Amino acid sequence: MVAPANQPLLQVSNLRIEFPTRRGTLVAVDDISFHIDPGEVLGVVGESGAGKSLTGAAIIGLLEPPGRIAGGQILFDGQRIDNLPYESMRRIRGKQIGAVFQDPLTSLNPLYSIGRQLIETITTHLPLSDSEARKRAIDLLAEVGIPSAERRIDQYPHQFSGGMRQRVVIALALCANPRLIVADEPTTALDVSIQAQIIALLKKLCREHGTAVMLVTHDMGVIAETADRVAVMYAGRIAEIGPARQVIKHALHPYTEGLMGSIPTVGADAERLVQIEGAMPRLTEIPAGCAYNPRCPKVFDRCRIERPEPVAVGPTGVACWLYAKEGPRG
Amino acid sequence: MLAFIVRRLLQSIAVLLAVGFIAFSMFQFAGDPVNNMVGQDANAETRALLRERLGLDQPFPIQFVRFIGNMLQGEFGVSYRLGMKVEQILVQRVPATLELVLIAALLALSVGVPLGVYTGLHRHGALSRVMLTVSLIGISLPTFLIGILLILVFAVWLGWLPSFGRGKVVALGWWTTGLTSWDGFRALILPAVTLSLFQMTLILRLVRSEMLEVLRTDYIKFARARGLTSRSINFGHALKNTMVPVITITGLQIGALIAFAIITETVFQWPGMGLLFLQAIQFVDIPVMSTYLVLVSLMFVIINLTVDLLYYAVDPRLRIERSAVGAH
Repeated sequence: MVAPANQPLLQVSNLRIEFPTRRGTLVAVDDISFHIDPGEVLGVVGESGAGKSLTGAAIIGLLEPPGRIAGGQILFDGQRIDNLPYESMRRIRGKQIGAVFQDPLTSLNPLYSIGRQLIETITTHLPLSDSEARKRAIDLLAEVGIPSAERRIDQYPHQFSGGMRQRVVIALALCANPRLIVADEPTTALDVSIQAQIIALLKKLCREHGTAVMLVTHDMGVIAETADRVAVMYAGRIAEIGPARQVIKHALHPYTEGLMGSIPTVGADAERLVQIEGAMPRLTEIPAGCAYNPRCPKVFDRCRIERPEPVAVGPTGVACWLYAKEGPRG
Repeated sequence: MLAFIVRRLLQSIAVLLAVGFIAFSMFQFAGDPVNNMVGQDANAETRALLRERLGLDQPFPIQFVRFIGNMLQGEFGVSYRLGMKVEQILVQRVPATLELVLIAALLALSVGVPLGVYTGLHRHGALSRVMLTVSLIGISLPTFLIGILLILVFAVWLGWLPSFGRGKVVALGWWTTGLTSWDGFRALILPAVTLSLFQMTLILRLVRSEMLEVLRTDYIKFARARGLTSRSINFGHALKNTMVPVITITGLQIGALIAFAIITETVFQWPGMGLLFLQAIQFVDIPVMSTYLVLVSLMFVIINLTVDLLYYAVDPRLRIERSAVGAH
């Protein structure tokens, strides 16, 4: 495992997110643990419904009811934040932990100028006067690459394109110099040609500000380009977590291997991309043992009975019986 | 912007002409005013003379054109019933109705909007449920019944408030107001509450459902993620986004208030335009009826124009249609 130099910025331990429903409780995120070091970019990948966005929402304290944290804890800078009252968590949100959402077209309030939204966020968290906040807002807009920020600050969201709006959203996330940004699929809703720009911008800004990022995405290409480490989620659990280079080049978990096989490579002469057979199970019908076992090409008896816990293989943690060193516990 | 207003004003003139035409043609079937004006024993000659004097012997199109022509010169005719100039009668009556409608609208907004926000925010709260249930009563009881019930309780049983009339009014130039004296104010309470109750519950329910809608949007979630205070999110961001439909409905409802005022004014014997109109219908007082209808449609037109202008004030997306949409 990578030993953090000091204490990690974010430590998630045994997090469990449940949805009570009429038919019983659904476990959407099941006992996951990971950490993010200061200034580090952690990519979180997985299919839709794997629990990655919920994990992000839990960290910023905005899980939508009836979803709730049913177990585990989240430490931010050594302080427990998963059980804070709304008002204390509000002070952390935006100031310490910023967020970037998926759809820039709907993230901004259409009735207020972007300047007003920026200034309001700045003055909420920082002891600045309105004119100081306005100056800071203009600087931020320039920094996220909005040309003639001085003029455009008084314009309204509908006067910006999708890519430009996502830049504004990033400026809003950076308003109070947070130490962590939770970016939930920040490029999914954008044009392919814009995606790379936004990712490059996010990466550059966070390096300059020393901001750590939890980058939720289902795009392995984005991860390869941006992340220091990567966590692969499947059906509410972490299948594999480790340094991005390692996970991408030498995937251990059969699911990660499958994901990597589905990335198209330029120049490769393959006729068809490899695809993983079947679909991720619904939350109501997660199989016993390893949740991946019905789709796994390397499945064996033990996978159908016992659930694998993460084990360390070199710098990587992987939850797969292929890498179990000793026999089943208990 | 100016072009927009001019365009709307031209449209309004067309609307007014159409309303005037329809109203005027309907009055052809309302009965014969001459019968009401002369005694039982008047002979045919007297009737014909009177008919000629009033211009009623002319064919309908000529009557209509004459009516419009007179109106353009500020001549609204003479009431058949009261023998006074219509504009003089209306000047006495308009303040009473407008005051009633204005107070009722303010009451409906100042109670309906906050309660709507409250029930939207505390959707599952016990108090919200109580308010919603009570609001169902407000929305389903007919206005006259509410008026009669209020009279029964507050005027007959408790004797706190007067049951009819405007009370003491003070003249401010040609405008008479009941708001400056305690007596006039007391007289206004029951009719205003009666008139506003339906609108109040309508606005409450509208604001509530709009709030629920807006609170689910991404920009509200993002505003939370930015750590803004609940107050700023609920009132600054959410409430403002509910305003466009609320303005629309409120505008339409102020028109409806003027119309519903007929009933309320009858129940409370409020000396306003509605009561005047009802009396005019009974007497086939064509000049009063047509002037009333044109005046009411004029108010509708003004309200609608105001509503359109308010949209511009609230929603920047409408404002910028002409200036080039920025780069990108």
